Parts: sequence; structure tokens; C-alpha cells
Amino acid sequence: MSSPAPKSPEQTDKSKKYDRQLRLWGDHGQNLLENSKVCLINATALGTEILKSLILPGIGSFTIVDGEKVTEEDIGSNFFLESDSIGLSRAQVATQCLLEHNPDVRGDYIDESPEHVMSHTQDFFNKFTVVIATALPEKVLIPLSKYLWESNVPFVVCRSIGFLGYIRLQVKEHTVIEAHPDSENPDLRLLSPWRSLREHLESIDVALLDQKSRSHVPALVILFYYLTKYKELNGGLVPKTRQEKDILRKMIRDSPVADEGSIKLLEENFEEAIRYTNTCLAPPSIPHNVQAILDDDCCKNLTQNSPPFWIMCAALREFVECEETLPIKGSLPDMAADTTSYITLQQLYHRQAELQAEIIYRKASDIARDLGLPMDTITQNEVKMFCKHASELQVIRGSCIADEYERTRLDLSFYLEDPDSLMFYYVILRGLERFISEFNTYPGQFDDQVEPDVLKLKGIIGKLLSEWSCSQVLRDERVHEVCRYGGAEIHSVSAVLGGCAAHEVIKLITHQYKPLDNAFIYDAISSNSATFCL
Amino acid sequence: MSETLESYQKRWGHLRKVLERPGPFSHPEFEPSSEILDFIMTSCKILVIGAGGLGCELLKDLALMGFKNIHVIDMDTIDLSNLNRQFLFRHKDIGSSKAEIAASFINKKVPGCQVTPHFCKIQDFDESFYRQFHIIVCGLDSIVARRWINGMLVSLLNYEDDVLDQQSVIPMVDGGTEGFKGNARVVLPGMSACIECTLDLYPPQVNYPLCTIANTPRLPEHCIEYVKVIMWPKENPFNTSLDGDDAQHISWIYEKSVERALQFNIPGVTYRLVQGVVKHIIPAVASSNAVIAGVCATEVFKIATSCCVPLNNYMVFNDVDGIYTYTYEAERKSDCLVCSQTPQVMEINDPNTMKLKQLVELLSENTSYQMKSPGLTTIIDGRNKTLYMSTIKSIEERTRDNLNKSLVELGLRDGQDILVADVTSPTTLIIKLKYLVDDVEMK
Ligand SMILES: [Zn+2]
Repeated sequence: MSSPAPKSPEQTDKSKKYDRQLRLWGDHGQNLLENSKVCLINATALGTEILKSLILPGIGSFTIVDGEKVTEEDIGSNFFLESDSIGLSRAQVATQCLLEHNPDVRGDYIDESPEHVMSHTQDFFNKFTVVIATALPEKVLIPLSKYLWESNVPFVVCRSIGFLGYIRLQVKEHTVIEAHPDSENPDLRLLSPWRSLREHLESIDVALLDQKSRSHVPALVILFYYLTKYKELNGGLVPKTRQEKDILRKMIRDSPVADEGSIKLLEENFEEAIRYTNTCLAPPSIPHNVQAILDDDCCKNLTQNSPPFWIMCAALREFVECEETLPIKGSLPDMAADTTSYITLQQLYHRQAELQAEIIYRKASDIARDLGLPMDTITQNEVKMFCKHASELQVIRGSCIADEYERTRLDLSFYLEDPDSLMFYYVILRGLERFISEFNTYPGQFDDQVEPDVLKLKGIIGKLLSEWSCSQVLRDERVHEVCRYGGAEIHSVSAVLGGCAAHEVIKLITHQYKPLDNAFIYDAISSNSATFCL
Repeated sequence: MSETLESYQKRWGHLRKVLERPGPFSHPEFEPSSEILDFIMTSCKILVIGAGGLGCELLKDLALMGFKNIHVIDMDTIDLSNLNRQFLFRHKDIGSSKAEIAASFINKKVPGCQVTPHFCKIQDFDESFYRQFHIIVCGLDSIVARRWINGMLVSLLNYEDDVLDQQSVIPMVDGGTEGFKGNARVVLPGMSACIECTLDLYPPQVNYPLCTIANTPRLPEHCIEYVKVIMWPKENPFNTSLDGDDAQHISWIYEKSVERALQFNIPGVTYRLVQGVVKHIIPAVASSNAVIAGVCATEVFKIATSCCVPLNNYMVFNDVDGIYTYTYEAERKSDCLVCSQTPQVMEINDPNTMKLKQLVELLSENTSYQMKSPGLTTIIDGRNKTLYMSTIKSIEERTRDNLNKSLVELGLRDGQDILVADVTSPTTLIIKLKYLVDDVEMK
């Protein structure tokens, strides 16, 4: 009799377990996550907090490199150790504790210091998707950052001390297709509709509709109708200024109401059409960041080693050269209308997007073939996704941490002009690292050395600032505060930073959402944070 | 005590540095000493409300910030979809009480820490229970529960000659997350903005108009809502009310929604979307919960120890694009429904035409009331009179006719006090009617 009802898809345990995050990065993001390999150097409280927020959502595997033994102090701040494990390998205990939290994740450890691993095992660190380090001394940080920079492995460096936190991302080049912007304007192309859209829009005479049809016609049709009227009256020009748009809005507002006599409120769809005049009358343009990507050397000079992202960009570039616009997104926002009118419009947008994605896919395939790459280098679905998000593409090129440490001049004066700038904490942290290198303890680590250490640290910071030719003076109280910490790691501060750093790592792995560029300071005293580009 | 003094001193060495040393940014009343850590560990009593995404993190954070006397309330049991972030739970714990499993995990992991679980609703306790805590931390996904506990804490305040007795103030630290966004705030009831003062921060729930879902559906959501709101009650396929956690129920909705979408050519109905719409699912990840719980636990530590000045009083977090935070002072509302100590006046344009139904709608829809199912009573000629109450079936039937009567017909006068009870508040609120017309004809 009736056709068989559609069957519900079987849900796997995995998709049930990860349901709440799959709604944020999709099955394709999860797939990348499950194939990732993450390395953590030093299983401090901060280190294990970061790993915890990566293990729960299901990275593929992790490796902890840590030569330290578990101490009483570790137990007091690090949740992922056992209280009876004092004296055992910190890497081993942390690995075991962390693995308990997700049976889908594999984990192993190296009970050696990162220096030792670097000097004894060639190409150890470059096999990871991301390397994370906490509490890393300068003498290891600098060579490791150089090595990972050369190997193009993203490197995330974090530090938690007292109420202060620091995250630094080192990425040579990172590309994002799905940036998931919080808000975006609809892509409707009313000023330059393609033929099938134009023919459809022109076929509806809004002024002649009866009252019922009038309330069911989509806002887009109304806007196009009055835009055409406006152009007829204004020598073919579209409204640009506020006054001109006001005239158009008035035309829509004063549109003849079918039912004469009684005072009527303007229908919802006409109100919507008036609102759309704010966002939909700008000529389609190519955002600066996307134009910069199309003009990038990586886009112009492809090689056999070019990743799919750049091959698709090159195809997009050819498309833009020809069409002078980006491919259409293909989605239509909801608007008051009857089902048929809305779905007809929606299908027009959808089909146009499919058509354009097909053109770009063919171009990309041709480019890949010309480069001598295999047929499956680029898939059609990949290109569809790429075209849908063409206006949000991001390329982030970071800087090498070693350069920042070895550079003789570091131009921070722009930031340091504001005496409340959190950049001063960056300066103090650099001083702190140098202090540790010189004296092999944290400033203020011992109760009777706090005051002398304040003087020593101030001296070091003064030297650093003059090395960088910065004339600003640091407020003493901040140096005092950092010496008060004496290297203490406050668990709740590490928890905050751990969450932040973990999400940055997820961004790097999934290539979704825009990562930090490139240094972050968190001041838990004032609950403020700031981002700096170093 | 199993810990030797030396190991104790070492273990808590991190906290001792900030508690036993002076700092330039500490609270003016802060006096560094070893007694502060003693206070945290022996006398300070903390209540954590919610043992979910934020709650698990909060319990861990508080335990490692030295707090040993912690209570946790949660009425929920563990579900498979919790395991991507609620890290104190395992597959084998599915179906057990969140509060109980979380408490036993922490007690086992952090020696000396004593978490007491309460597998029940917050409404199951009265003021004598809540009064015992020094600080209350909320990791809730329910706005109603947040408003209820806020109302409870305000009801515990003592005023003497209109002056607030500071001893009666129990600080509340509240966190919330949604996807990659979150917020944390400190509420000092009676002193700083309370949850009700800033009720307009919560966006109203999206409701699709009935005529759209019935007659002109355009989105897959419209199809799903149609099946949920119209088809389910009509066909009653399993002879029971809809349960979003029952896979059979979701499958039925999915299949019918696909059929309806096909009929209208609407693309995009997926099983995941059906679940999301039916259960009002909010996306959630481990990282955001870690961040917000960490901020909240830091504030609890600051309030308990005065080692620095607490957040004043609202922090917003978002790591969709880089990492963004913003801190500001949310302001008290001078006529706050709950914490302002001023009588609530509701202005009525014309009590001859305004029906009780409209008054009920106003209490539900106005952004500064946002009540769920307000019950209204009043006193007329010295006698209690129930005007309307929807929560108890027999009373609802008895008072239903009042909805279509005007305020005047019900005998309500200018200046009349209406007592309003709702799930959003533990106490009854008094609203005074103020008529803006003079020609009120009372019968
Ligand atoms: Zn208030």
C-alpha cells in the first residue's frame, strides 16, 4: 500500500559517545583527530591537563617524553598521577593514569629527558602531528623549535606559573577551510543574478499578487522586484548611499496593499526584504584575506609537493580570473514564504553552487594531472566543501620561536607603551627562563631567597629589555609577584590553560576554526588575557 | 593522619607559596599565614551543583586547590554521550548516579578529600542545608535551576534596619559553556548583580510558529517539529509520552520526518539533527569545560583565601577564532525581581479589558520575568484566593475559567498584591498591580 518507511541509520557506540563534539567539527574532523599522533614533553600538571582534553575527544595516540620522577609536589598539583607513585617515572605513571580515560586512545612513554631523546634518536619528534611542551628550559626549547620548524610540525609551548599562564603556537604554515565564523552575510547575488535565477525572479510580478500570494512570496523576490523598479527610475544604477537605500526601502514599505481601505501592517516577508537591503546590496567582492591567498606564491607556483589546499586555491584562482567572483555558497537563509516558493529558490542556489564546484573540481583535477599527481589527489567532496567556504579560507604563517629568542632586537615597544599591557608578563617570563638557565632554580623557589631573587630577576629583565632596545620600565610589583610564586604550579590555572591549549591543538589537527596567532598570556589575578603576534 | 608533616608540606608547597607569602596584588585584608591552608582543608565547606561537564572538572580542580570538605548534587545518571568530556565516568558507570561516581573517583584519587554526593534535585533541600556552605559553585546547564539556587541564596540574606548582614552572604560562583563559548561569574547575593539582575543575557528559546510547521515548512527543523508536536500526540505510537533518550522514539520521529521532508522536497533531515532538535542538544567539548571550571575554581580559591581580589564580576570566553576573553562588571538591577528588596510594581493599562491570561503571558514572556508556569494567588477580603495554577491538575481545572476574566471581574484592585509561585524561584514573589486608568468600575 504505502511505500516502506525510511529506515533509521544504525548509530555506532562511537558516534553516540562523541555526539556532542561531532556537532562542532563533524565526522571528517573526528576522523583527522582519530588519526593524529600527539607528543607531550614533560607531564607537569599543565601537560597532563592538555592531554586529558585531547584524550577525551579521541586523538589517535599520544607519547609522553619525560625523564623526571614523581615528587610530592607533583602529587599536590597533578591529577593524573597516583599518590603512591612517588619516585616512579612520571612519564610512565601519567601515561597509565591518562589511558584510563578513553579506551579508544593508545599511549606510550619515553622515560628520558627531551635533551636525551633529541640527541640519541634521530627524527623522533617529526613523526608527530603536533608536539606540545611544558616547562621546557631555553637550552632545549631553542634547538627543538628550530628542528620542528624545519620539519613543518606544529609546536605548542606552554607555561603555568602561579597565577600566570602562557601559550605560544609555532606553525610554519597552517591552512583552514572551515573557519566557522560566528556570523556571516548571506551570499545571494541579487545584483548580478545568473540566468536561471534572473529568469525566475523576473517571472514574478510582486505588485500584481493577490493578498494571499503576496504574504507567501520570499523576501528575496520582493527585494529583486523593487530593486529592478529602482534601477528603471535611476538610469540603471543600484542604490549605494544610505539615502538611496532609504528610497528603495520606502518603495518596499509603500508597496500597494491588495486589500484596500483598512489599515494593514506590512507583512513579515516585506519587513524581511527591507532588512535584506542592509546586507544584500553590496557588489560581491573578494575578501582581502582570500585575495591574498590567491596571490600567494604557493598558489601561483605549484609543485608536486603542493598540498591539496593549494591546488584547490589555484583552481579557485582560475575561476576567479574568469568570473571575477568567488563561487556561490549555495545556501539560502530561512525566510517567510510558502514551501514551494522557498524550495524553488533554494534549489536554484544549490544547483548553481554544484555547477560552480564542478567547474572548480575539473580545473583542480587538470592541475593535479599536469603536476603528475595521481587522480585521487583531490576528491569532488573536498572541492565542494572548499567552494562552500571559499570566503573564509585562512592561511596562517607563524614565526620560529628560536628566531624570537636569538633575535637581537624584539620590537615590543608598541605593546609596552600601555603600562597595564599583559606583554609585560611576556617580558617577565623571558626573564624567568633566563633566570632558570643561569641559576638552575625558579626565582623565589626558596623562602629565604625571595628578596635576593627579585633583585636578580630585575637585573636579568633590565638586560633583556636593553638587548631588545626597549626603553620601557617594568613595574617592580609584577616582578615581586612572580618571585612570590617561586615556581609554584596552581592547579586551577593549569586547568584553564590546559583547556585553551588543547583546543588549539584540536584546531591544528582538524584544520577547522582559526588558531591563535601566536602568543597568549593569561593573568588569573585579573581574569584577563591578551594575544600577541611575536 | 597518614601523611607525615614533611610530605604534607611538600605536597601542598604550590599553594603554600601563594598563601604564606605576601603579594602586591592580594586582597587588602590578606594576611599570609599557614592558617589559611588549614582553613581550606578543615573548615571551609563548598557545595558543587552539577556533576556533569563542568562539575567533574570543578571537583578535580577544588580537590587539588586544597578543599577537602565538598558536597555535590546531581539528579542525573551517566549516559554514553557524557563520556567525551565528563572524565570521572567510564563505560561501566553508564546508568549510575553522576554525583556518586564522581565523588568516589575523587575520594579515591585525592587522599584526604571528602566529597559527599547527593543523588537528587536541588529543590529537595531547604535553606538549612544550603546555609551550611561557605561558597556555592554551579556547573549547570539549566537556567531554571540556576535561578532557583540564586533565589535560595537571596532568601538566606538577613537585613537589619535595611542594612545587609554580611555574615548571611554566601558567595556563588557560576559557570556555563556552549560549544567553544563560556562564561564565569561571581555573585555576592545582595551585593552584586544576581542571576535575575541579568536575566536578559539568556536568549529566549527559538520556537517555530505553529502555522509554519503545519502549513509552510521550509527547513528540516520544521518537519521534525511537526512530527514531534503534531503527529506524536495524534498517533501516540508507543502509548507513552516522547522520551528523547529512547532510541525507538527517536527512530520513529526520524522516519516520519524524512517522509514529511520528502513530501515537501526539503533537504537535510539527518538522524543527528532529529536528535538535536528533539532533545535540545547543546554541543559540548572537554576543552571549554576545563577552561570555565578552572576559572570558577580559581575564583572559589580567591574568595576562600583572599590571596587575590576576586573577579568583578563577569567573564566571557570564546575560542572559535584564537582565544578571546572579556571581563566586565555586570550591574545590579535596581528593581530586580529577586534581590532588590523593592516591591515589584506591574503597570496595567486597563484592568477592565486586561484578562488574567494576558497577565500570565506577560510573566512568561517578558524578558525580566521569563517564568515557566506561574501560579497566581491573592488575598481578597482577608481570604486567600487562587487565581490560576497550571501545575496541579485539579486546581488548573477549577481555575481555568479565570483566565478569560478581566482583572476587574476577578475583583483585583489598584495596589493589589499578587503572589506568584514558579519553578524558577524557591520563594513566592509579590507583584503589586498599578492601574493607569482612573475609571475602574468595581462590582
Ligand atoms: Zn538581582
